[in-house]
Amino acid sequence: MQANQPIASSPELDKHKTSFWQSPWATYLGLLVVLLGLIAFFSLKSEYFWSADTFITIANDIPGLAVMAVGMTFVLIIAGIDLSVGSVLALSAAVSAVAILQWHWSPLFAGLLALLVGLFCGTANGAISVVWKIPSFIVSLGLLEAIRGSAYLVTDSRTQYVGSAMGGLAQPLAGGISSAFIIAVIVVVIGHILLTRTIFGRYVIGIGTNEEAMRLAGIDPRPIRISVFAAMGLLAALAGLMQAARLEAADPNAGVGIELKVIAAVVIGGTSLMGGRGSVVATFFGVLIIAVLEAGLAQIGASEPSKRIITGVVIVVAVIIDTLRQRRLQSAH
Amino acid sequence: MNLSSASSSTINSSATPVLQLKAISKSYAQTLVLEEITLSLQRGEVLALTGENGAGKSTVSKIICGLTSASSGSLLLNGQIYTPSSRRDAETQGVRMVLQELGLIPTLTVAENLLMGHLPHHLGWLNKTALRERAIQQLNKMGLGQLNPDTLVSELGIGQQQMVEIARNLQDNLQVLILDEPTAMLTPRESTHLFQQIAELKAKGVAIIYVSHRLEELQKIADTVAVLRDGRLVDVRAMAGVQEKDLVQRMVGRAVDDLNQQVARPQGRVALQVEKISRAKAVKAVSFELHHGEILGIAGLVGSGRTELLRLLFGADKADSGQIQIQRKDQLLKITPNWSSPLAAIQAGLGLVTEDRKSQGLLLPQSIAHNISLGNTARIAVKGFVARLREKVLAAKWIKALAIRSFGAEQAVATLSGGNQQKVVFARWLEKDCDILLLDEPTRGVDVGARSDIYAQINQMAADGKAIVMVSSDLRELMAVSDRIGVMSMGRLVALFKRGEWTEQALLEAAFTQS
Repeated sequence: MQANQPIASSPELDKHKTSFWQSPWATYLGLLVVLLGLIAFFSLKSEYFWSADTFITIANDIPGLAVMAVGMTFVLIIAGIDLSVGSVLALSAAVSAVAILQWHWSPLFAGLLALLVGLFCGTANGAISVVWKIPSFIVSLGLLEAIRGSAYLVTDSRTQYVGSAMGGLAQPLAGGISSAFIIAVIVVVIGHILLTRTIFGRYVIGIGTNEEAMRLAGIDPRPIRISVFAAMGLLAALAGLMQAARLEAADPNAGVGIELKVIAAVVIGGTSLMGGRGSVVATFFGVLIIAVLEAGLAQIGASEPSKRIITGVVIVVAVIIDTLRQRRLQSAH
Repeated sequence: MNLSSASSSTINSSATPVLQLKAISKSYAQTLVLEEITLSLQRGEVLALTGENGAGKSTVSKIICGLTSASSGSLLLNGQIYTPSSRRDAETQGVRMVLQELGLIPTLTVAENLLMGHLPHHLGWLNKTALRERAIQQLNKMGLGQLNPDTLVSELGIGQQQMVEIARNLQDNLQVLILDEPTAMLTPRESTHLFQQIAELKAKGVAIIYVSHRLEELQKIADTVAVLRDGRLVDVRAMAGVQEKDLVQRMVGRAVDDLNQQVARPQGRVALQVEKISRAKAVKAVSFELHHGEILGIAGLVGSGRTELLRLLFGADKADSGQIQIQRKDQLLKITPNWSSPLAAIQAGLGLVTEDRKSQGLLLPQSIAHNISLGNTARIAVKGFVARLREKVLAAKWIKALAIRSFGAEQAVATLSGGNQQKVVFARWLEKDCDILLLDEPTRGVDVGARSDIYAQINQMAADGKAIVMVSSDLRELMAVSDRIGVMSMGRLVALFKRGEWTEQALLEAAFTQS
């Protein structure tokens, strides 16, 4: 009997050995090539670009964007989205400024308060969408307005000048790199470890891949969803503090439209808007690509309209390339 | 034999049949699902197509209406060779099918739905007057003159939606209409109305293929009945005078399998006691006992509430009423099963292998190791971190134990065969060491070789003292594996047979119970 059974052929087994091209290293390499390509391009076009000053400026420009992009990577992996990050950034910066200026709190406690405010906003975002089963797109769109309004309310619609009270975050350390940059790198590292090495990271990816399967395996997706949004709020608040320290002021209009830039950075890094797939390291490359593009275009004297057109085109092209690559990997299955 | 019906069929066969199937076969990969079906249909004839789940009814219908093509054999329409390349192609030739899933767009009006695809317009502007007029014409054909064509489809009941769906298919060139389980969602009154409409269509000369396993309604409307079994046409005869029992026997047809020769397993204490568990219309006051070391098979037609019952026991859905008692180690847990998540059930020692492993069981793009450790994270976690080595060892253990064909623990489950995917789901629950396993169609989409592995595994689990509830549409499989078989029909557990008491015919008759 057994001998008569046709034995299933095994070419499929040979086909699926994990090759380099399916590993995350291939993604990193691809992004690195794009990044180096941009740097080479701008260095050729502008004699000033290839200099320590440029890179120090970029390094001090990106911490806010980077920490928010780390949070957004998690949010997109669970197939959510948070549009309210710009408003959270403004509100938490505003709260810390008011605490320092009007309530005469020490900058440390003012900063902690700001982080709490961010955490609260993020938790509200996650909890509302989980409890009432509303898409996070809608909830965060509503909160984007409401939190922006709160920022105006807190600051009386005026920019709050805090001077160097929060200077610690913006102070240049060795070689002109600010401590904010170091913090951002630490956040990236923690985010990466959290996503790839911990049970929590497993759950996050699992929920984004197949929430029902997770639920039926006995894992409640709700607290995980809420914590991802809470962390997003916390990181947006951190970005708010970084920006306020750098500009020595809390502007209630800070961070308008920044959510799109954050999402763009994450998406350039290859994280899927459909959820289930993403990488914090790749997101960091996305942040660097956007920052280099902006700095480079400014240096070669591109006008504001053409800067925006080019940035837009880069985002779409990056996503097309990533989609094609994913499709090829899948059809190989 | 019934003389009058025999003579009437000879009269009919003198005319050219509107549709003929000649030795139609269909195979998917290497599996033959239809074998040399030969059938013919006259104008104005209602042919009932019946058979067990998976007998090939849908495949025949899909070939006729162009949704799929036959592997061999030929189709003739009015004596001409007919090879529909797509559903649309079949429709332009007057062959149409009303699918079980409604194809209507709920946010548009009845009129818009009726004329979708050929909406009357001037340069892209919708011509509302013409739309209304034509829609009313269309509705009148179906006797739906009282229905306002401007109503949104979403405001109609399911029954009316079904009628609109049929009305949409009543184009002037209609020659053959296939109805697939049309009364599945209808109330008795709506069904009666549908039967009247079918009679009118028949009078207009439309040939109708009526796919159903509701035998009593076939007797009301069909002229001829064709019975399919395992992809073969086993009987075609005039409907008049046919007994329900005869039909059931035709559907079963075969001698009891030798798979059935199996020693009775020793049974342990009661593991699970279910008392009058109910949920809306899906599950009605179901009670049973399940013992350690026992396999309880659940038979029933698709939609009889089998899957819903398992989901209730597992806490995937909330029950409206009823109680469950679980003997866990030395504790007796009494549970009102409105546990809002499966978590409580899992802690009480239950596991569920879902019917659709792709959408409910697995994380397809992820590795075997991830999928097995899902839900078993306590085994691989060190202070919240994944201990990768432990995870690999765990996966390797199960790959070996269940003979999961793969190149290693890192292979994505999407690239495994159906049987091996199912083994991964099993591994997850076995690692969890649950006492009670609920299996929903565990061999669906699993090739024959891997099936015997899965049966062996299920037997082994029972031998290890686990209590197992297994839902399956394959009666032979149930009869081979189960110690007892419960039969569900319309949400109720209508019969419970012990090993030795059941026959395939008795099981099927119970499954067709109407109440």
